[in-house]
Parts: sequence; structure tokens; C-alpha cells
Amino acid sequence: MFTLEFLTNLLSATVRLSTPITLAAIGATICERSGIVNIAMEGIMIMGAFFAAIFAYTTGNPWIGLLAGVAFGGIYSLLHAFATVTLHLDHVVSGAVMNVLAFGITRFLMVLIIGHPGTTPAIPMGLGRYRFAIPILSDIPVIGRALFNQTPIVYLGFILVAFLTWFLFKTKTGLHIRAAGEHPLALETIGVSVYKMRYLGVFISGLASGLAGAYLSIEANVSFTEGMSAGRGFIALAAMISGGWHPIGAFLAALFFGFADALQVRFQVLRVVRLPEELFIVFPYLVTVIAVAGLVRRSRPPKAVGKDFMIERSED
Amino acid sequence: MGNVILETQHIVKQFPKVLANDDISIKLQEGEILCLLGENGAGKSTLMNVLYGLYQPTSGRILLDGRDVQFSSPRDAIDRGLGMVHQHFMLLDPFTVTENIILGAEPGRGPTIDYGAARRQVKELSDRYGLRIDPDAKIENLSVGLQQRVEILKALYRRARILILDEPTAVLTPQEVDEFFSVIRGLRESGVSIIIITHKLEEVRAISNRVYILRRGRVEGERETGNVTTAELANLMVGRSVVLTVERTPHEVQPEPVFEIEGLQVLDDRRIPAVQDLSLTVRPGEVVGIAGVDGNGQPELAEAIMGLRPVESGIIRHLGEDVAGVSTRDRIHRSISYVPADRHRYGLVLPFTVAENIALGYHDRSPNAYRGQLDYEGMNGNAADLIKRFDIRTSGPEAAAMQLSGGNQQKVILAREFSRKPTFLLVNQPTRGLDVGAIEYIHSEILAMRDKDVGILLISLELEEIFGLADRILVLYGGRIVRELLTDETNEKEVGLYMMGGKERSA
Repeated sequence: MFTLEFLTNLLSATVRLSTPITLAAIGATICERSGIVNIAMEGIMIMGAFFAAIFAYTTGNPWIGLLAGVAFGGIYSLLHAFATVTLHLDHVVSGAVMNVLAFGITRFLMVLIIGHPGTTPAIPMGLGRYRFAIPILSDIPVIGRALFNQTPIVYLGFILVAFLTWFLFKTKTGLHIRAAGEHPLALETIGVSVYKMRYLGVFISGLASGLAGAYLSIEANVSFTEGMSAGRGFIALAAMISGGWHPIGAFLAALFFGFADALQVRFQVLRVVRLPEELFIVFPYLVTVIAVAGLVRRSRPPKAVGKDFMIERSED
Repeated sequence: MGNVILETQHIVKQFPKVLANDDISIKLQEGEILCLLGENGAGKSTLMNVLYGLYQPTSGRILLDGRDVQFSSPRDAIDRGLGMVHQHFMLLDPFTVTENIILGAEPGRGPTIDYGAARRQVKELSDRYGLRIDPDAKIENLSVGLQQRVEILKALYRRARILILDEPTAVLTPQEVDEFFSVIRGLRESGVSIIIITHKLEEVRAISNRVYILRRGRVEGERETGNVTTAELANLMVGRSVVLTVERTPHEVQPEPVFEIEGLQVLDDRRIPAVQDLSLTVRPGEVVGIAGVDGNGQPELAEAIMGLRPVESGIIRHLGEDVAGVSTRDRIHRSISYVPADRHRYGLVLPFTVAENIALGYHDRSPNAYRGQLDYEGMNGNAADLIKRFDIRTSGPEAAAMQLSGGNQQKVILAREFSRKPTFLLVNQPTRGLDVGAIEYIHSEILAMRDKDVGILLISLELEEIFGLADRILVLYGGRIVRELLTDETNEKEVGLYMMGGKERSA
């Protein structure tokens, strides 16, 4: 059973299944590094998935769908930034509202645009068709085929992990974002706007979660289904925490959760143990809980994450 | 003396509830060290935040080099040559010295940071001003004195020619204060004009050329430091004549110890030993002071004594019985009283009334409760008595604790703890953040308890406080008592040396 073929397929599925989690998790890492708690990835993802599918469906061009998913994810996330930064609302409350609201909006728009709730008609052309192997690298046995014979957004995910790591640790803006989440007043007092950095952090996570949504509806599938994010936004949250608020850590954690998912599917199909299939489906979520419980204590969150920032306060 | 470089004219700053600055006009001359002296809430920090562009003044003008300026953000102030070192350092703990200094003004083309150039610039700057520092060290591994140095370098890196320092010596040891003074004088020599905000009278006299005294948001006076006495400054600052150091009259100490610790070991939150092999004895009628720099095991020691943190090994003996395994509640009920260091987090329930806060811990018994229910009549009556006895300025027993000033909040805690007739009293930083008047009162109450033969253990980061109250001084360093000294036979310099980990007397 455990042939080389099986292993290659397992790893390839791991990479595919982890892609939306990776994207949302690295975006959230930037967001929380700026000091804003983000539990809204689930909602942003569903918005991204919906608009990607609608645009791909109406234009017939999946690339326009991709751009629309990213753009609407970014725009929708600005609501979270406005609520938490400008209105000084509690971050978790705003995030929870964002999640519920996204499900409401997409259902409403489904009925309005498609005429019925549930699932959209299939888009004429999905990004899944653009699978291509990278020469040389894809010739490496097992690993090469799993990593380098993939679809566009999967590759985009790899690039973004590298890019956001560089952005966060090597650029001026990255330093400012990290400072905003660590000691916002220190940043404000040397003349950099904490508000701007926090808006930027939330916006980047909105773009990334929007892309994760687009992956679900137009690359892994060819239609949008209500609630298709299926908790991946929350698993991304777990990946961000287990990854120690570092993009590469978040990527590795997402791969681990993707692996749990891929394994689950195979156990289900191969009937390794005779158990109701629901128990297998629970497996990746269970792994998430255990991983977070085990790893959280060791990783240190940004010091000022979740703390409201207001400049003028009367002295006591 | 040089020209006027910075001037404020009739600055008013109105917060929603407080008038923090009421018509303040001051002048800073080029190349001088100017002090702004005032109690907490006098409006000093507000004025500096207005100068630094962090707050916008309600009315009034700021003149720089004789020209009108408006700072809508700190960036404007920085661009015009102002630098500020805040009381609570604006440093990012897990970041390096270099990253902290260049933050917001990073060298490098485009979006990336040229860390090589940054290191060189920091190195060059620290050489030029003689402020030695390791550019690659992380802030969290530096002493408070060195962190302050990073803050000063941060301002100089931005070419500050006016440096504002808010309560710069509050967190320094005596040795560090001396070093800080020489750094400041060096900066004045190289042409930097300096404003120091402080409530410490000695500091004004030690370092400044001129001083403005602020009280309740107004300028109360201006003096040349050379011809003013400490007493005059104190009177101007408080608005009445104050006793600066409460006199510690000799008092007979009872021979039988009321409280003892033997071989105590306590772990911190990371499960690393914070208190090690610590032994001490407190007898009725004496104040034992624990001196030490912050972060040497003080909170862990206090929590272990009160049963808020488990004891790894060792004995805590109260009236001859080991109480190391006894619950906090039982310790309180066997007449151990505690004034915690952080009155907002541990001392009070801020939204509760004054009466409820006084009842806490004894809320299950008369006069606070009757037959298993809270007896508000009895509770408020008892609180009203204590409010009178401890001179707590409040609208009444039913006012919320958070409406009180810091000094009056501390008096609520004293009223609760001191009225329970303790035999042993643990007092942790009783006057932190309080002004001269309140400090005077609290010190005299502590000494009054001593005169009633209570055994008192005082933990304080303020050496003046230790010397003012304690009969014996134990120096805490790295979680151990490294030295025991009699107050009358030592001085602040010597204790300061042991606080820094010094082993031998420096000749």
C-alpha cells in the first residue's frame, strides 16, 4: 500500500490542501504582527471565493476571477481595520461579526445574482487546468513531483511565503509593522503612524485570505458553494499561532494540517480501520486542537496584539 | 547664557475632564539644562507631549528660534530638532539596539534596510558622544541604564538639538544616576539644550541651571538653581510647607521574631528560580527594608510570602508556625497584612466602592456581613470611620475606587490593611508614583505601625524610601540576600553598589 506512488500522491495532496491555509495564515501573521487580532480569515476567504467565482463565471476568464477574489478580500478586510483601528472596537468582536456577515452577504448575493442559494453554476474555465511542472525541480523523486508539479495559486503561495518573510524582516515597512504590534507608542513617538501600519497589516491579510478563497472556488473547484471554506480560516489561525507568528513557521504548520487532511482522505478511501467516515473527517481538526494546545505555550505573541491604540489620553 | 531657542506662550491643554495645562509660558535658552519641577498631575508631561507634537494644545503658541511653529505630529517635532526620552522607554524589547535607534529613519535605498550602514552609523554616533553600547544587543538583555542610553542615542541619531527627558532618574540606581548626569553634562558641552522633567528636588539642584516649578497646570515660579534652597522648591511644588523626610525616632525592638524565612526558593513564571536560599527575620517593632534593582525577585518573594505563588522549598514562619502551605486567606486571617506593589491590579477592585474595597478579605464577617449576607450599612459605616481616620479624600464610602487619585487609592489600601491590627506587615513599593504630600503621609503611617510593635517588611526600589523607613537593610540581588546592613552604619552609595552585584567595598 505504501508505495512510492502513494507517498508522492499523499505529499502532492498535502501541498494542495495546505495552500489556502498557508495563504490565510501568512496574511494573518502580518496582521497580528501589526497588533490587530484577526479571526476574520474565514469570512474574508468566503468573500474572496464568492467574488472569484462570480467574476470567472461572468467573464469566462479565471485570471480576472483571481484578481477579483484578491481585491474583494482586501476591500472586505478594510471593514475590520476601520472597526478596530479607527473605531477602537474589540478585535475579536469585530472579527466574529466579519465572519457572520460574510456568510450573510454571500447568500444574499447568490440569490440576487444567481437566483438561488447553494452552489453557483460551473465556471467555463478553472485555474486547475493550468497545472504545469517546473523543469528539473519536478524531476526530483517524490518531493519534486509533490512540490513542483502544481497549479498557479499553489506556486503563488510559495512565492508569497518567501516574499512576506523578506517584507517583514528586511524592509522598512516590515520593521514598522512589527514595531506597531510590539510597542505602538514607540513607533508613534518617532513619527510613524501606527494607524497606517495597522491598516496595512489588516489589508495584506485581506488580500492573502481573498487569494485563499479564490483558490477554493476557481482552482481546487470550478464553482462557489456557500460555506465552502469549511473552517479553514480558523485552521489558518491555528497555523499562525503554532508557527510562532513567523511566515515560515505558519507555512510549516499549514503543511502539517494539510498533511493531516490528506491522510484522512486516504484512510477513509482505503478503509484502513473500520470506523464511521465522520470520525476521519474530524481528524485534521483534532490534530489542530492538539497542535495548538501543545505549541501555543512556547510561542510568544507580539506584545501589543489585541491592544487598542489611541494617542491622546488624559493623564491620571 | 545663549539665546532663547524654544519658547511656549500661554499654552492651554484641556482634556475632556481635566485642565492639564493652564496658561503655561516657559523659555529654554541655548546650551542650558532646564528643569521642570512638579508633582504628579502638575501638567509637566502634558506640556512636553504638546511640545513634542503628540498632543495638540487647546490654545497658545510654540516658538522655535523665535519663529512660530506648529507640530501636528512627533515627526514635525523630530524634523525641527526636538528629541524626547519618555519616562516609560519607547523601546522594542525583542529588537536590537540598532533596530531601535534607526526605527523610522532607516538607512538604505528603496524599501530595504541597509543594516550594515545602520550599524556603522550607530557605532560612530556612540563613539562621538562617548555613549558606549553594543549595537547588536537585544534591548531585553540590557540594564535600565543602558536602555536609557539607547533612548538618548535614538534622539541624537535624529540630530536632536533640544533633548527632553521625562523623569530620567526614576528607574536608575545611584551609580547610574551619577553616570547619567555626566552624560547629560557632556551633551550640553556639545551644544544640546536640555529639558529635564522631574519631581525630585535633589536632581534639580544637582544638574540644572534653571528651574520652573509647575503646580496644578500652572507655572508657580522660576528660579536660578544656584540661589534657591531645597525647602523653597518643595514649598513651591506642593503649595504648603512639607516635611521632606519623616523623622524616624528610635524605637525598642522586641526580641522574639514575629516573622522568619529560612532557605526559601521560589520559581518565576518560566520555572526558573527567582528567589534562592533566602533567609530573613523580622521582629516586632522594626522595619526591615529590602533594597534591590527591579527584576531581582521582588514580586516572587512578595507573592510567596502571601501564598500567591508556590514555595519550592524553605520555611515561612509566622508567630512560630510554618505557614508555607497555608492558604492566602488563612494568612490574612492570622494577622498578616499586605500592601501590594501594583494598587490597580492587585490592591483594589477599581469599579467597586471604597467601602467594598475596604471590606475585601474580611467581607464574610462583622461589620461587613451579617448571617451570610453582605451588610452594607455596617460596611459603609466602618468605611466612613476609616475615611476620616486616614484622611481619604473622597465623596464618601460609596464612591468608586477608580474615581480617587493615586494617593487616596493607596490610603484606601492602608486603611484596609492597617485597621486589621496586623502583627506582620508586608509593604511592597508603597509610594510608587505618588507625590511628595502623599509619600509623607504614608511614610508616617508606616512608622506609626512600627511604633505599635508591628513587624514590617518593606520592599522598595526607591533607596530614599528604604533609608527613610528601614532599621535594617537587606540587599536583594539575583534572588538572594547578598548583604545585610544597618541603616545608621551605611549610605546610599554602598547599598547601590551591592544592588548592582558588587561584592566588595570599593575603596
